[in-house]
Amino acid sequence: MEYLIGIQGQDFVLVAADNVAASSIIQMKHDYDKMFKLSEKILLLCVGEAGDTVQFAEYIQKNVQLYKMRNGYELSPAAAANFTRKNLADYLRSRTPYHVNLLLAGYDDTDGPGLYYMDHLSSLAKAPFAAHGYGKRFILNLPSFTVRLIDKEGIHDLEKLTLGAK
Amino acid sequence: MAARYDRAITVFSPDGHLFQVEYAQEAVKKGSTAVGIRGKDIVVLGVEKKSVAKLQEERTVRKICALDEHVCMAFAGLTADARIVINRARVECQSHRLTVEDPVTVEYITRYIATLKQRYTQSNGRRPFGISALIVGFDYDGTPRLYQTDPSGTYHAWKANAIGRSAKTVREFLEKNYTEEAIAGDNEAIKLAIKALLEVVQSGGKNIELAVIRRNQPLKILESKEIETLVTEIEKEKEEEAEKKKQKKST
Repeated sequence: MEYLIGIQGQDFVLVAADNVAASSIIQMKHDYDKMFKLSEKILLLCVGEAGDTVQFAEYIQKNVQLYKMRNGYELSPAAAANFTRKNLADYLRSRTPYHVNLLLAGYDDTDGPGLYYMDHLSSLAKAPFAAHGYGKRFILNLPSFTVRLIDKEGIHDLEKLTLGAK
Repeated sequence: MAARYDRAITVFSPDGHLFQVEYAQEAVKKGSTAVGIRGKDIVVLGVEKKSVAKLQEERTVRKICALDEHVCMAFAGLTADARIVINRARVECQSHRLTVEDPVTVEYITRYIATLKQRYTQSNGRRPFGISALIVGFDYDGTPRLYQTDPSGTYHAWKANAIGRSAKTVREFLEKNYTEEAIAGDNEAIKLAIKALLEVVQSGGKNIELAVIRRNQPLKILESKEIETLVTEIEKEKEEEAEKKKQKKST
């Protein structure tokens, strides 16, 4: 299943997406890029219904470029995210909704890094970390990890990795 | 005679004129001059900047506009009409990229603009666009292009051209001075554009706005300082030419 994950850092956003384009049990492509460059500092990650993903993402991409041509400067990540959500919402209650799940990652020169989560029901949330697909199950319920190392000297305890409050 | 045939645009006059289109071309002749030059690795657009009122912000008067990252245009005529045409062209550039996954060629977008203008010469209740446009850019195979459109909807490719007020004077200057060596380098082509404009612009460098596109680079609008430097260079060259001529005469 498709996997999108995004993490916002101090002054960056890190995103990753799997490279598989599958049709039920057949892996059609193993080098498929699910990230769309909206502008110099904005990436849109898009998974979901085959066809809907590329159609919707490219439509948003060209509209963001049109804004840049018309106004001489690029849309901010927040504005791009809201524009995307509005489009998704408009199509949701039409005869042809887009079934896509999105992550939008961007860097605003004044506000800094931003990661936006959007799903096929057109919800929008700015979050420090987010994921779609199997990634969602993994990232949102990270437990703490006991870490040990085994080598020729035996078993060694390493530092415990905890998430949030200890 | 003309009075009965210039009301509705869709009506020909008995001697075959579309008067509204011709009147639109007159409107273009009233607009400030624009000049376009096609170099080898560069395309240059220069416009005469009308002096702004004291309280007016200068940067809101822009006559050279990017249509896409590799194409831009300058116009002469009704600024409001130009805004509409430019907006439609910008949308078409992105639409082309969306459907065909390729940037437009300069000829394609010129044809689109020309078709748009022609449509308005053949429908009821609408008047033609009162602008001529100079469209420059590079195709994705690297060839530089310069096209001109006019209110009738015709378009042609040019090596160098001028539109607007005193366009004839500027064009004659270009016909005399557009040589292989005049456009040999980027700087030479830019200087040729400035020289052509200086023929008709009264107050020199500060009333000229210049933009260039180099191959694989986005549109660059020159700062007034750069233009001033080039104008001084040109004037120096002119003086040196005059000196040489004087010396030749005296010997």
